[in-house]
Amino acid sequence: MNSSVIIFPGSNCDRDIDVALKKFGFKNKMIWHDNVELPKSDLVVLPGGFSYGDYLRCGSMASKSKIINDIIKFANSGGLLLGICNGFQILTETELLPGVLLRNKLSEFICKNVFVKINNVENNYFKNIKKQILELHIAHNEGNFFCSNDQMKKIEDNNQIALLYCDKNGEINEKFNPNGSSKNIAGIFNQKKNILGMMPHPERMIDKCLSSDEGSIFFETLLNNFK
Amino acid sequence: MIVNEKIAIEHGLKKTEYKKICELLKRIPNITELGLFSAMWNEHCSYKSSKIHLKNLPTSGKKVIQGPGENAGVVDIGDKEAVVFKIESHNHPSFIEPYQGAATGVGGIMRDVFTMGARPIANLNSIHFGSTQHKKTKNLVRGVVRGIGGYGNCIGVPTIAGQTCFDESYNGNILVNAMTLGLVKKNKIFYSKATGIDKPVIYVGSKTGRDGIHGASMASAVFDDQIEEKKPTVQVGDPFTEKLLLEACLELMSDNSIISIQDMGAAGLTSSSIEMASKGNLGIELNLNKVPCRESNMNPYEIMLSESQERMLIVLENGKEGKAKKIFDKWNLDFAIIGKTTSSKKIEIYFDGNKVVDVPIEFLSDKAPEYDRKWKKTKLPIKNKYNKDIYKNLKILNVLKKILSNPNVCSKEWIWRQYDHTVMGDTIQKPGGNAGVVRVHGSNKAIAASVDSSANYCFAHPLTGGKQVVCESWRNMISVGATPIAITNCLNFGNPEKEENMGEFVECTQGIGEACKYLNYPVVSGNVSFYNETKDKGIKPTPSIGGVGLIQDYKKMVSMELKKLDNIVLLIGKTEGHIDQSIFAKEILNKKKGPPPEINLFNEKNNGETILKLINEGYVKSAHDVSLGGLLVAIVKMCIFGNKGIYINKPKNLINYFQYFFGEDQARYLIEIEKKDLTKVKSILEKNSVYFNEFGIIQEKNIVLKDKLSVTIDELIEANKKWLPNYMSN
Amino acid sequence: MKISVIVTLKKNVLDPQGTTIKKALEGMSFNNINEVRQGKYFEIDIDEKNQRKAEEKANEMCKKLLANLVIEDFKIIKSL
Repeated sequence: MNSSVIIFPGSNCDRDIDVALKKFGFKNKMIWHDNVELPKSDLVVLPGGFSYGDYLRCGSMASKSKIINDIIKFANSGGLLLGICNGFQILTETELLPGVLLRNKLSEFICKNVFVKINNVENNYFKNIKKQILELHIAHNEGNFFCSNDQMKKIEDNNQIALLYCDKNGEINEKFNPNGSSKNIAGIFNQKKNILGMMPHPERMIDKCLSSDEGSIFFETLLNNFK
Repeated sequence: MIVNEKIAIEHGLKKTEYKKICELLKRIPNITELGLFSAMWNEHCSYKSSKIHLKNLPTSGKKVIQGPGENAGVVDIGDKEAVVFKIESHNHPSFIEPYQGAATGVGGIMRDVFTMGARPIANLNSIHFGSTQHKKTKNLVRGVVRGIGGYGNCIGVPTIAGQTCFDESYNGNILVNAMTLGLVKKNKIFYSKATGIDKPVIYVGSKTGRDGIHGASMASAVFDDQIEEKKPTVQVGDPFTEKLLLEACLELMSDNSIISIQDMGAAGLTSSSIEMASKGNLGIELNLNKVPCRESNMNPYEIMLSESQERMLIVLENGKEGKAKKIFDKWNLDFAIIGKTTSSKKIEIYFDGNKVVDVPIEFLSDKAPEYDRKWKKTKLPIKNKYNKDIYKNLKILNVLKKILSNPNVCSKEWIWRQYDHTVMGDTIQKPGGNAGVVRVHGSNKAIAASVDSSANYCFAHPLTGGKQVVCESWRNMISVGATPIAITNCLNFGNPEKEENMGEFVECTQGIGEACKYLNYPVVSGNVSFYNETKDKGIKPTPSIGGVGLIQDYKKMVSMELKKLDNIVLLIGKTEGHIDQSIFAKEILNKKKGPPPEINLFNEKNNGETILKLINEGYVKSAHDVSLGGLLVAIVKMCIFGNKGIYINKPKNLINYFQYFFGEDQARYLIEIEKKDLTKVKSILEKNSVYFNEFGIIQEKNIVLKDKLSVTIDELIEANKKWLPNYMSN
Repeated sequence: MKISVIVTLKKNVLDPQGTTIKKALEGMSFNNINEVRQGKYFEIDIDEKNQRKAEEKANEMCKKLLANLVIEDFKIIKSL
């Protein structure tokens, strides 16, 4: 399985995702944003961090990078494109995913463990996943998903909601919404379900000694679905 | 402008100092030269009041690779790896502009660490604010916390531990101390000492603007009513550029291009160029027309004294300029050759074709004044006598709740939840515990770190207080199962020209030195921040100690949450019921005077080392040191973290429940062990002459002491966790 | 009355966002840009009919909260 992680100036979870992908058996390459050509990949990851310092709008300047054209081509041809945290923000700025990520409701950076429920398993990310509620971790300023009513209707009609904030039993309730996100959305797909944007960081939760190791389930499932 | 004594005094120099400058130069300095002298001779850069006392601190040891005097200290952690760390203050700028002040404080300390070739792996901070009732406090807390988070989060370095205090002595002068740890290969450490003649001097990073001109002098000035006028000296931090600078520097460091490197911190280009030359016993020549400037018409004085952030000065090997430039171009950073090293042992600066500075380096560095200031000893206060009647109307539960929700004891989750503490994927102990712990990436080792201060103890008796802070730091290392290696200290004090304040400094430092020596816990870096006073009101003496320890196998790490029902909790160390200077005395009994608890260094060392032995043999399931607030607060925190209760045994030889539960005797720990190991653990403790008793047994969610106390932990969580968010949202 | 205010960083203060945006624009082949500075824009609707009084109030708001005079300037650009 060949994966490519794109590094933008200010990316800071690039190493973490590299470590995670390799741990679970991906052959991963790190690609600098200025490269015009994307190497042949099965999976492309836009990592978390603060590309361009989060200045102007999160992800806005990274979405104008040279490599983005190749990434759009890759996604249009059905390749798996995953954006985590800042990567998710970049995906909405490129309009590969609908909606935007607004500032957290309390206007504070939030770093904590959360539970998310997988809402749709009919795709290459979550097919045959062994647990539907995962304990993952969020760390962001802008994770408050927002879109127009029309867009939301399309998202729901197409079953594009990927992850929802919930409690440890899977109950979805405003109480368990950490950032004010519409309908507790923590991650969404594009129509074809080959592009996934998510706020939680599975790559930070891949070892028993960390505060959860359920990120491992995410990567194991992803890899198995390639086989 | 022709320089005279009046101008020199406006630059913060004393009359005698100005006279000395003229004598050394055998002429009157020009304005740029005066600027250089004022920056290099002020307290912040020259340590002129503190030097003679700092000499007494232990700074060497088997594991010490680099002690004080470099950008940061370096200690050996085995396997050809080393940890680089330092703490530094950014107090005055943070009071004036809390967000930017705190942010640039974090930026500055991270640069100190990656300048040495180390990738930052953890940030910590110690922040002190005025009374929670003071009108400015809330905004300052908000600004500082956002600033620290804004910078550290953006760079992608986890903030793993910290400390927050409130006390009215900081009403007009908050403290923001930031600490960074970095990891480096032992054979890849970079120093600031320049070697070789005719080597290119390179400027990299952001452009130079008129930011913070005379920040270093501001750091050494007392605040007064004209505080507004001092405002324009605050710098704006750019964490994005710092992230690029970090990556670019580490990329350039991967081969042998760099001879020496120094970040431009306080006093910018002045101190960085002079320090590099001074350490290498060389001269340096600069052409200021080559310096990348952000603003037009900047003059030599402004360029030399600007404190624009995110800049570095590098001495390169000849012929490496092209390769280096390519790296900085890739990261979109400025790169300019601005001068060269020379054999003149002078700093010579050119601007528009004219020589504008011509001063021997040693005049600015070695010849800087050194003072043995007058100081006053603090007598040990007399112990208060507590009549039994004062406890008569008190209920243990009420006192406990009040202490748990005290601003200095309550949970600081509201703060550390705003710091990214998990980025880099190696944080195995998050903020809120005894110490933060990060794995050494890709190995079984882990590094523990914490920051501590005890201003009340230091104020009551500086000598004891100084010792106590070091011991507290040592206990934090022990409690997570780390072998304490070394400390960094940030010495925050009032005006050294006042005998009381100077005395506080001298005796705290003495106490720190004694404890460090005894515990073999050397000081490898640090900084001194004097003049923390506003309108004549000084802060309480506040040395912040950043401790660092090593865990050989992270699987043996211990945390503070209680683990299993029916396990036994042992109390290690003797409980005498020392009430003076405790939170209980201050907040409940309203007694402010009296001596701090006594420090017995033998017990500290013996208790700590024995616990470490128990941890390494796998007997200890959880541990926590007993500190601020006393025994009951310590056990309640372990209960809250582990979501368990405890049945507390009736103490033997009890003086009084309040003294037992809320006294702040030192060298104590609570450790959890399994029943089956009790005999073995007891025999180890006895063999090592460690005083202990069986404190209680872990049970479901209730905390119970027969006939005296019965409360669910949920009720106590409420008291402990709600105070800060409530305060900040009102 | 609706008052419009812009807050900008003082001329001499570093504007990291503006600088980064400029570089990004150049990367997209927008040439000949000398400088980009970023600011904030506020619209405040005050229940106050007297323009002078409304502006005075807005002025106070800027001084006390909207602008940080250590590093920022503000300007009332419109009141309707």
